Amino acid sequence: MAEPLVKVENLKKHFPVNGGIFGKKIGEVKAVDGVSFFINKGETLGLVGESGCGKSTTGRMLLRLLEPSEGSIYFEGRDITKLSKGELRKIRREMQMVFQDPFASLNPRHTVEKILEEPLIVHGMKSSAERKKRVRELLEIVGLNSYHAKRYPHQFSGGQRQRIGIARALAVNPKLIIADEPVSALDVSIQSQVLNLLQDLQEEFDLTYLFIAHDLGVVRHISDRVGVMYLGRIVELSDSEPLYENPKHPYTKALLSAVPIPDVEHQSERVILQGDVPSPSNPPKGCPFHTRCPQAMEECANKQPLFKEVEKGHYVACHLYK
Amino acid sequence: MAELATNTPPSSPEVTPENEKVISPWKEAWKTFRKNKIALFGLGIVVFFILLAIFADSIAPYEMNGQKLADKHLAPSSEHWFGTDDFGRDILTRVIYGARISLWVGFVSVSGSIIIGSLLGIVAGYYGRWIDGIISRIFDILLAFPSILLAIAVVAILGPSLQNALIAIAIINVPTFGRLIRSRVLSVKEEEYITAARAIGMSDMRILFHHVLPNSMAPIIVQGSLAIATAIIEAAALGFLGLGAQAPTPEWGKMLADSKDFLTDAPWTLFFPGLAIMLTVLGFNLIGDGLRDALDPRMKN
Repeated sequence: MAEPLVKVENLKKHFPVNGGIFGKKIGEVKAVDGVSFFINKGETLGLVGESGCGKSTTGRMLLRLLEPSEGSIYFEGRDITKLSKGELRKIRREMQMVFQDPFASLNPRHTVEKILEEPLIVHGMKSSAERKKRVRELLEIVGLNSYHAKRYPHQFSGGQRQRIGIARALAVNPKLIIADEPVSALDVSIQSQVLNLLQDLQEEFDLTYLFIAHDLGVVRHISDRVGVMYLGRIVELSDSEPLYENPKHPYTKALLSAVPIPDVEHQSERVILQGDVPSPSNPPKGCPFHTRCPQAMEECANKQPLFKEVEKGHYVACHLYK
Repeated sequence: MAELATNTPPSSPEVTPENEKVISPWKEAWKTFRKNKIALFGLGIVVFFILLAIFADSIAPYEMNGQKLADKHLAPSSEHWFGTDDFGRDILTRVIYGARISLWVGFVSVSGSIIIGSLLGIVAGYYGRWIDGIISRIFDILLAFPSILLAIAVVAILGPSLQNALIAIAIINVPTFGRLIRSRVLSVKEEEYITAARAIGMSDMRILFHHVLPNSMAPIIVQGSLAIATAIIEAAALGFLGLGAQAPTPEWGKMLADSKDFLTDAPWTLFFPGLAIMLTVLGFNLIGDGLRDALDPRMKN
């Protein structure tokens, strides 16, 4: 297999918790605690998990919007965790981000034209006429009209705003797009339009996606491979179909059983998880999931399971699979 | 999500022409402001005084410092609309020229404190950590003094003059603006469009001046118009105490101080400068309130 576009090794992000009179460090939140994966060129890796499991943090670290505490991120073979600020700014044109909330991610005081022009200015497109041309081109690529350029973000609907967000990410012709829950804030009817747009763009511009979401249905629709995160770790990672058809990890099974199926005849066996997600500032010893796992064994409480390949391309971190 | 719709762009019901009118957020604020009758009244007062100040030379009926001791303490009449003071100077003339001084002090001192306060506030809010600690403690120290007392202290150090009064007023307003901007920056920098700007690869300077600052301006404008009103009062107070403008400058506060001995004999010497102060301050306050209504509620759709 060719060299993957992105390779992440043992990535960690620990946020310090300060307290006391002198703001001393009294603990840390292990938002991401040792995540490894790779993304091949042209594919979509879905990352799912419930709130607070560290999926967005992982996405942000890939762009170094957050500094990783540990681990390395290779983009086209270069470790971007070691880049200087200047080098980092240059490499940002290769990787872009689409944000969750289309109402918050566009500056309300700028026109669409200004919003889309800025990445071009920053990455050195000098001629104003060229930039204007590119802005109109971008608007048409994402299915808006070129006369929309003069409007302000508040004059658009959520779906249209998200299209603008996508156009902004496309402006500098990136190779990788990190989509951080790009459809979670949209109506279901608009979600599919935006998802299809993302897929069309992927084909047209040979894009690679890291698609972060909590909606398993959405992820299944768009992803080639899917990683499931729980409490700062990836517990299962595999091609999309095997993961949905034959989930290995008990957490994945529980998640999948919670997906509603639009069929009244269908009787699904719900795997109900007990309790809450443990606090990431004090994760349980051993397997992080053992406190809620219906199949927990004795060793789960003591030994952290290794993340290993149990079938070809299907990785699981669970003691059930030896 | 089994079946997905085809990827057609959402067609808006109103097919908008190429030359559709787009309302910028500032224009929208102006529209709201224009509907506010009271604020417009305030704007009217302020514009009136600004015009007086600009055209003082051609409007004023007499010479600014022209003394005529024989005409001392004349009551208002058709010759001297506002009467004359203890040196026989025409009060109307002096009130008109006083507008120049008061507005000058108000605008310049407030602009000064906005510039310095914003700079400090942005740095404190955006970079945080120890820089924020130092700047915020300086603000706290300045705010710990009653403002007029601090102004008096500054003038006492620099020496009494109109220019020093202006500097003193600028200094006492710095922490107000600094804190305001700092808190705005703290909240704006967490907005997703700032993260988006960083993701695009923008430099800190560009983010600060193109994204953070424009989105932090609204409360500064509101506070600025209110601060001009206070600055005018403070300038008058310093003038009254003899720490601001020096004789024979026709500063309103100074005029009050000079005429306080003749309160019973010639009340008009006191009344008209006082009325001028009151009206200007009222005007700026009304504008400030109107601006707050127009700018403060979150951007409407």
